[in-house]
Amino acid sequence: MIIQAIAFYLFAIVAVGSGAMVIAARNPVHSVLFLILAFFNSAGLFVLMGAEFLAMILVVVYVGAVAVLFLFVVMMLDINFVALREGFLRYLPIGMAIGLILLVELIVVFGTWVVAPSAPQMVVAPVRPDITNTEALGRILYTDYLYLFQTAGLILLVAMIGAIVLTLRQRVGVRRQSIAAQVTRRRADTLEVKDVPSGSGI
Amino acid sequence: MTIGLGHYLTVAAILFTLGIFGIFLNRKNVIIILMSVELMLLAVNINLVAFSMSLGDLVGQVFAMFVLTVAAAEAAIGLAILVVYFRNRGSIEVEDINVMKG
Repeated sequence: MIIQAIAFYLFAIVAVGSGAMVIAARNPVHSVLFLILAFFNSAGLFVLMGAEFLAMILVVVYVGAVAVLFLFVVMMLDINFVALREGFLRYLPIGMAIGLILLVELIVVFGTWVVAPSAPQMVVAPVRPDITNTEALGRILYTDYLYLFQTAGLILLVAMIGAIVLTLRQRVGVRRQSIAAQVTRRRADTLEVKDVPSGSGI
Repeated sequence: MTIGLGHYLTVAAILFTLGIFGIFLNRKNVIIILMSVELMLLAVNINLVAFSMSLGDLVGQVFAMFVLTVAAAEAAIGLAILVVYFRNRGSIEVEDINVMKG
């Protein structure tokens, strides 16, 4: 139990600290790296909560795909990041005010909140100790939530097509290989055999 | 020293507030704003999994997985729009994004 508490505080403090550094770092590359650290520690929290499959998915999807995508875009765009930092302090008061309001709201919610007494009876898919987390998730994901699963796949497909269509560009003035033009070329179009008498020229 | 639901909810609440902070503080850099949105979605995921653990119900984890899917799609589309915007305007400042006069 004490090890669990130590692990929780370690993961939680590092996750919150790196989350703060994401928005406070001067260099966006550092921001992305802190985001990766926050994701890793959240995956640790997920493992502590007994959601191993989601923890691994978080590492694979967020660290392996999303964060690398962010890193790629940050490094690819040629931006003067110093100019973007201007106005950081100008927006601090309103940010503080919004954060304070949110904090008060959260305190109000947490202060009076209790689990409904009928909540344990409404459990749809109880956690079973005899099978692993991955197997249990798969059992309900591919049966009860099959349509939602398919919809998730469709969302990813649309996102992929959308990203490709958005960033595809046709440049003018670029020489490209046209395979159709190459294949349909006939000898008569390009080659002409002339009968040249010797000593006279064409 | 028992770690319960309240601890995880506190972490998620702090992360969510940090995400909102990031949106308000970095008013010029769209990349940081997108990263703040990712932080907020992460906080939501922590909430869902914490309740799933607390109530012993796996559906929360299924829902967290769908949130993860949408977050990945959102990041891909958002960054694609950002790249196209930077190609057209040469800047990613939020204040410059007024082509549609909205």
